[in-house]
Amino acid sequence: MELTDFFTDYTLRTITLGTAILGAICGMLGSFAVLRKQSLLGDAISHAALPGIALAFIITGVKDPNLLLIGALISGLVGTFWIKSIVKRTRLKNDTALGLILSLFFGFGMLLLTFIQKMPNANQAGLDKYLFGQAATLVESDVWVMAIVTGLSLLVLLLFWKELKLLLFDADYTKTLGFNVRFLDILITSFIVLAIVLGLQTVGVVLMSAMLLAPAAAARQWTNNLGKMIVLASIFGAFSGVFGTAISASQNNLSTGPVIVLVAAFFVIVSFIFSPGRGLLFREIRFRKNRRELHQKKTLSFMYQIVKEHKNISRPHAIRILNNFQGFTRKTLNQLEDEQLIAISGNQWSMTQKGYDQAELMYTKLGTEND
Amino acid sequence: MHTSSKIPAIQIDDLTVAYNYKPVLWDIDLVVPEGVLMAIVGPNGAGKSTLIKAILGIIKPIAGSVEVFGKPYKKQVDKVAYVPQKGSVDWDFPTVALDVVMMGTYGSLGWIKRPGQKEKKRALEALEKVGMLEFKSRQISQLSGGQQQRIFLARALVQNAEIYLMDEPFQGVDATTEKAIINILKELRKQGKTLIVVHHDLQTVPEYFDWVTFLNVKGIASGPVKDIFNDDNLTKTYGINYKVAVNQT
Repeated sequence: MELTDFFTDYTLRTITLGTAILGAICGMLGSFAVLRKQSLLGDAISHAALPGIALAFIITGVKDPNLLLIGALISGLVGTFWIKSIVKRTRLKNDTALGLILSLFFGFGMLLLTFIQKMPNANQAGLDKYLFGQAATLVESDVWVMAIVTGLSLLVLLLFWKELKLLLFDADYTKTLGFNVRFLDILITSFIVLAIVLGLQTVGVVLMSAMLLAPAAAARQWTNNLGKMIVLASIFGAFSGVFGTAISASQNNLSTGPVIVLVAAFFVIVSFIFSPGRGLLFREIRFRKNRRELHQKKTLSFMYQIVKEHKNISRPHAIRILNNFQGFTRKTLNQLEDEQLIAISGNQWSMTQKGYDQAELMYTKLGTEND
Repeated sequence: MHTSSKIPAIQIDDLTVAYNYKPVLWDIDLVVPEGVLMAIVGPNGAGKSTLIKAILGIIKPIAGSVEVFGKPYKKQVDKVAYVPQKGSVDWDFPTVALDVVMMGTYGSLGWIKRPGQKEKKRALEALEKVGMLEFKSRQISQLSGGQQQRIFLARALVQNAEIYLMDEPFQGVDATTEKAIINILKELRKQGKTLIVVHHDLQTVPEYFDWVTFLNVKGIASGPVKDIFNDDNLTKTYGINYKVAVNQT
């Protein structure tokens, strides 16, 4: 497969468009899942969808993707509803309820799949594709459905932006202001279920939650603004779809879903390391810089104590007298000289006017901060 | 000062709340007159936060009724402002201080309508009142505990309500912030507002509040601080050792 095929090949173009839209909607709605601390809900929903797919096939006997997805939607919603009512009505915690429903539904789904395999129906092959997804089966009508759902959820998001933001930050407070929290919760959860179901065909039951979480987790690293985070998550998601499809198309037999998820994971890793505000790299740099500055300040203030006893602040002193002081290293001294706070000649140092002023300022500042 | 003919700010009758069959509040009767600055005191697990949440309709009681100025809470949402415990939200949420305060205007806006310049102005005024104007663009996770508490207070101030329900507004704040907050509360009372505050520091009750409710699952006593804030009620609320503990300190 050549790069030019990527733009001319109709099938590939459809698949790329489909995975891009899927990535975008997942990033958008995944942001809500992540910020509501419901990351695992997506995983439970996608696994809960499997028996729905199998049952839809058993009941209808045809392998129409749309029918199967309606089955997935119904059992996904049932699973979600059960999780919520378990949490509400029993003493079980959220994670237990999620794990319970996830494995119960998935196990039941797998059972049905093996049952289907033994059925005398020539049509049966390929249902297991929903486990890991197969982007190659995407056709234009699928892409249309995705586009419409994406447009719809964008509309809902813009319409209820204020209310949803409030719900994400402080659900109890939202209730006290008179908003119907239950309605908002059902609204956002339904769209998350819808996005997951749409992704099953492409990414599959097992990896779907990664599509939901990875772009959002990556986006959170780059911004402290909810709107920007959601836009960024959509972009990361869309790019994961495009790059993932391109990579899997250029390498024979690489299945698309896992590659898309790996690309999304790559975005997460890069974001966690390189983002300026929250990234590991810049945190380490800031930490070292702070430590260096602290050493400098300690040394300078020690020198200030010595110098202020004398009339002439520039009077040279022996470097030796600093040796009793722990914060002192030769490197710190050189750094202070570079900033022209002190001057060094031979074994002696002397403070400059600039250094004296800065040390004095440091003291007055410390004084007011302690008030 | 409080005539009995007036409709009370809050009237609670036979309120019982239970989590998993264990009663947290048992048969509470409480009348809060309009215009008082009231402390709710009681030991840990006494149901103080639960009482506030039940008044606000966040928690559904298994029995009893709550009336706000003579009507159910749902019809009076615009008259009540809530300051939750600081720890009840995730402060790493991607937003800035001004944005959180703006949320106080959402209730009066109603569904879908977005806040505009008018709402922003109100939020800025509230920020100034709590001394946080210079932090308006600060990411909320970068604020100290006391500053976060002030942001929550500002958010409630923006609501311009008649009744303020506050869940431990002094928790984890330094002396300066505590003074600043209590001054704002006293000013609100001067304007005729009713304030109900979950409070832990018994030493400051007589200084800060004019009304007090003792609570320990059951309602022990409620009334003016000068009349009922005594060893007898403290002992009933906190158990037999209370008197001894106070005398030692």
